[in-house]
Amino acid sequence: MITETLTKVLTSYGLISGFAVIGATMWVSYWISAKFTKGRLHGSAIAILLGLVLSYVGGLYSGGQKGLVDIPLLSGIGILGGAMLRDFAIIATAFGVNPEELKRAGISGVISLAFGIFVSFIAGVSVALVFGYTDAVSLTTIGAGAVTYIVGPVTGAALGASSEVMALSIAAGLIKAMAVMVVTPFVAPLIGLNNPRSAVIFGGLMGTSSGVAAGLAATDPKLVPYGCLTAAFYTALGCLLGPSLLYFMMRGLFG
Amino acid sequence: MIIYGVALLSICTLAGLFVGDLLGVLLGVPSNVGGVGIAMILLIFGGGYLSKRGLLAGKTEQGIEFWSAIYIPIVVAMAAQQNVVGALSSGPVAILAGLLAVGLSFAMVPVLDKLGRPDAAVEKKSHEPGTAAQATATATVQR
Repeated sequence: MITETLTKVLTSYGLISGFAVIGATMWVSYWISAKFTKGRLHGSAIAILLGLVLSYVGGLYSGGQKGLVDIPLLSGIGILGGAMLRDFAIIATAFGVNPEELKRAGISGVISLAFGIFVSFIAGVSVALVFGYTDAVSLTTIGAGAVTYIVGPVTGAALGASSEVMALSIAAGLIKAMAVMVVTPFVAPLIGLNNPRSAVIFGGLMGTSSGVAAGLAATDPKLVPYGCLTAAFYTALGCLLGPSLLYFMMRGLFG
Repeated sequence: MIIYGVALLSICTLAGLFVGDLLGVLLGVPSNVGGVGIAMILLIFGGGYLSKRGLLAGKTEQGIEFWSAIYIPIVVAMAAQQNVVGALSSGPVAILAGLLAVGLSFAMVPVLDKLGRPDAAVEKKSHEPGTAAQATATATVQR
């Protein structure tokens, strides 16, 4: 009787349960950060890592595609971490941004956007070539997947790629997003990612909204709005270039 | 009133996403074109304008600051619903493509950071020999 009632409350007040679960995760993470790393590894970095690990465990347990959210008791986390509240909170971080900093970094942001798409695309195409893909459609689709996990399937659908290649391109984009989340706080000191200007460039180069949002949060929350602002344009630019310019380039090179 | 801040944030969000979606339709792209970015710019300049006029009193700001502060927990909730199993079980092509893209992009950050800096040209001229020596040193280390 007690379990049934509890389950009913937790599932029908999903978002509230989400606040409680994530709050507890944050508390544990900041405790680990203070106790075991003396604050050197940011509590938020640990929390994001913990989130990914929990998602892995949840995925294994439920066999679904949405990590922890596929467990009915925890479905409220899906609302909390879904696109609506995520975008709302990211936009809120812009409050307090210095417009002068932004204007100064503006052009670098645009340049980094263009560079970022080409660099990731070339990385994806090279790996696909090594693994024996030779047709322009598959190469473009996998390359586009390395841009983001949205650009990949959008490009693949436009070009008529096989479903196997589409799945690969989505997975490549997912790996990219997760790698950015996890690796950014460690790499940040090495690449000078500690000021608004480099954050704008970082956002434009990486482009994956979720990766940039989490990676910067784990590095320095003050940099979040600068990176997310440029990253916001990346996926759209990728969707624009993928089935057009990038595909024509590949068709020219590989027939 | 706190709700004024939340409402301002909502209006900026909706307006930005609306413009982003419209741009997507106009450009023929099946995605939102920078909606979040446009909303952020609206909030930065709109909020700045209202703030200068004294229209964003303490409580109103709190309505925006709350959501800005709840951002990290939201990102953690987002991480907890990634398809980690699917991505990791997809095989070496996807994993290597994703990792190589991230590695190269990280390496580009300092390059572009230097490239666009306004005083870079002057600095480069005066430190030319030093830079060359440094480059050789780095190359040796890398080897």
